Amino acid sequence: MSVAPVELDQPKSGEDTIPARPWVAIVWNDPVNLMSYVTYVFQQVFGYSRKKAERLMLDVHHKGKAVVAAGAREEMERDVEILHGYGLWATVRQDS
Amino acid sequence: MSEPEDQEGLQLPGRGFRAARGGGATARFARAEAMLLRNLVGQVAELVGGDQPLAGERPPGAQPGAGEPSGAGERPLAEGEDVVPDSRQLEAMFALSDSAMLPDDPVLARLLPDAYPDDPAAAGEFRRYTESGLRSGKVAAARTVLDTLPEGGGRVRLSVDQAQAWLRSLNDIRLALGVRLEVTEDREAMLERASQGGPQAAGLWIYDWLTLLQETLVEALW
Repeated sequence: MSVAPVELDQPKSGEDTIPARPWVAIVWNDPVNLMSYVTYVFQQVFGYSRKKAERLMLDVHHKGKAVVAAGAREEMERDVEILHGYGLWATVRQDS
Repeated sequence: MSEPEDQEGLQLPGRGFRAARGGGATARFARAEAMLLRNLVGQVAELVGGDQPLAGERPPGAQPGAGEPSGAGERPLAEGEDVVPDSRQLEAMFALSDSAMLPDDPVLARLLPDAYPDDPAAAGEFRRYTESGLRSGKVAAARTVLDTLPEGGGRVRLSVDQAQAWLRSLNDIRLALGVRLEVTEDREAMLERASQGGPQAAGLWIYDWLTLLQETLVEALW
């Protein structure tokens, strides 16, 4: 393995930079999925505390949808793929 | 979303799952319940999986490993001959899907939803890369249920991993049934329709039972 030379004066880029318009994963309300199950899935997939997962679940329930994650497009697609595996109705879009 | 109702007017069998000592979950199923659940799980797996065989259901005459282009026992490769996989094998290797379209069947469309509802090109691309894996994940969860639920019923004892597969599979059949029964968050209207009797009433009874199973299974895992 090699180590890249350190360039002190270069502006930082890459993982430290938050894109101006990140991508988001959205979960939509539906009449079938159980509130308990959706909370459980948010905990499993995102490692959220039960409290945070419940708050997100209630957002989905009351507002019809909620942003559950934000970041690079590939990461959001991966999250949505996993959420589809759990049967949640999830979509990707660029934050506006 | 929904919460389990107090099931007014519906006599439900069993009490669902409870946490098992040492982790996981356990429940008891009557023979008729096991048959019903196995039937539903099998139906959804067949719908989602297409030609992927379920446990214990090999195509007639097939031996494990038979028919695979392993080359063993077949004619020897001529020198310099390359083993070039055809496009179908490549697709299997990379788990690409033929389909870039949202399925016509509303049940399939709910189980395999679009990731980009307003961008058909991006939705199609996402589907081509993910749909095949999504389908086989659902079939694998169904297989776990069929492998752990005895045909004659009895006690089921699930590890945490098995219980999570059960959760996903129960959710898939509730989604499927929910589409077919046109389930809404308006519980009263659904009961009103079900009070007319017929398949709608039976369907709702089964749906509520599946809800009880899934809800108690989540509680058992928490």
